[in-house]
Amino acid sequence: MSEFIRLTPLDLGLAALLLLGVAVLSLLLQLRIEAKLLVAALRCTLQLALIGLVLTKLFELLSPWWTGLAALAMILFAGREIMARQEGGLQRLWAYGIGTTSMLLAASLVTVFALTTQVQPQPWYDPRYALPLLGMILGNILTGISLGLQRLTEGARQQRAGIEAQLCLGATRRSAMLPITRQALTTALMPIINSLAATGLVSLPGMMTGQILAGVDPIEAVKYQLLIMFLIAGGTTLGAVIAVFAGVYRLTDTRDRLRLDRLAER
Amino acid sequence: MLSVRHLARPGLEPLSFDLAAGECVALRGPSGAGKSLLLRALADLDPSTGEVLLDGRERHQMAACAWRRLVGYVPAEPGWWSDRLAEHFLDWAGQAGPARRLMIPDSTAERPVRQLSTGERQRLALLRAMERGPKVLLLDEPTGPLDEEATAAVEAMLREKQGNGLAILWVTHDRRQAERIADRRFYIDRGRLREEVLA
Repeated sequence: MSEFIRLTPLDLGLAALLLLGVAVLSLLLQLRIEAKLLVAALRCTLQLALIGLVLTKLFELLSPWWTGLAALAMILFAGREIMARQEGGLQRLWAYGIGTTSMLLAASLVTVFALTTQVQPQPWYDPRYALPLLGMILGNILTGISLGLQRLTEGARQQRAGIEAQLCLGATRRSAMLPITRQALTTALMPIINSLAATGLVSLPGMMTGQILAGVDPIEAVKYQLLIMFLIAGGTTLGAVIAVFAGVYRLTDTRDRLRLDRLAER
Repeated sequence: MLSVRHLARPGLEPLSFDLAAGECVALRGPSGAGKSLLLRALADLDPSTGEVLLDGRERHQMAACAWRRLVGYVPAEPGWWSDRLAEHFLDWAGQAGPARRLMIPDSTAERPVRQLSTGERQRLALLRAMERGPKVLLLDEPTGPLDEEATAAVEAMLREKQGNGLAILWVTHDRRQAERIADRRFYIDRGRLREEVLA
């Protein structure tokens, strides 16, 4: 990694000047985006600085407990994000519970699988590998689950008559909900399928670019990227399937009724 | 055959009645009185309390899907889950005869469901429900959007099914239709059901 170029505070200051520049532009053109932009940039700086310190500390500690705790905190934050993204969907606590549980299952399974059989750092829970892996996988599962649940609840509202018609003719809840289950999963997986298809042609993935900037051979970086993409695709599918099926069961009951009364008020 | 004991749900006061095999009971009442709530509760589409029995068997002793195959419900605006009509039937080809009787053109199956008229969809939903061979039919304004001729065809077909033992609870706004089709007449207002005494 001899080619690795360290950034000085001055370098960052110069990059930040760009933001100040566009903020001035926004002022001149009266676009009113300058405040939002600067607040967001400030937030980003603080959050990243904080996470930098936390990661440094965690890397030093090399403790399975502290690493696990950090992972759990990430998952709980992601669950909150899923809850916040539901509009007129499942009631908040249910969205949080279903979202967090399915993320916990899918993300931990996929991450532990990758750490113990493919990446194999010593020890396997080494936070230098575990936390970045989990972060990338989690971010994508989060998107998949919130899209899937949102589509499911929208579909249940919009296609209520069709679903109840099937139930009236003696269909079980599983089969009556199957069309919207499929729609929800298609929507949930759309981003990851698109990015699998577009990677390398339209976009260079952030992690791969990062490794290349850090001096890693492009071919080695590509291998890592492929690994990550497969993990993300598998994890997102797993998480979305768990969450959407849990959602289907929450939206119906054991007497095969559609229970839209269990949705949050719009 | 169908026995309802203290059936209640929000919007519906506890009510009890019996429906015999081959009997047709008309149900009338102002909009919002609880007619559809009653039919949905009988089909077990919404939670309700009380007992509903078919031939002495309580509905919670069987799976909900088995119950709904025996107690068919056709809402005033039936739903469709596919644009292909045939997918809504077990055997669409076998329905050609009954469909013709209800004056549904043979070409209907080739058209997307969303392009069919309200009246056509209403009759097709009725056929779809009858195809499953229910013992009881809960009908919400089955001839509401139909002209006189089609109404007569629907009434004739249902009368024939009644002869074979089908019991019908028939919601209608039309007093003359109620007199024509029904053995007994119920009236519901503000969630309270009573039987009209026939003069």
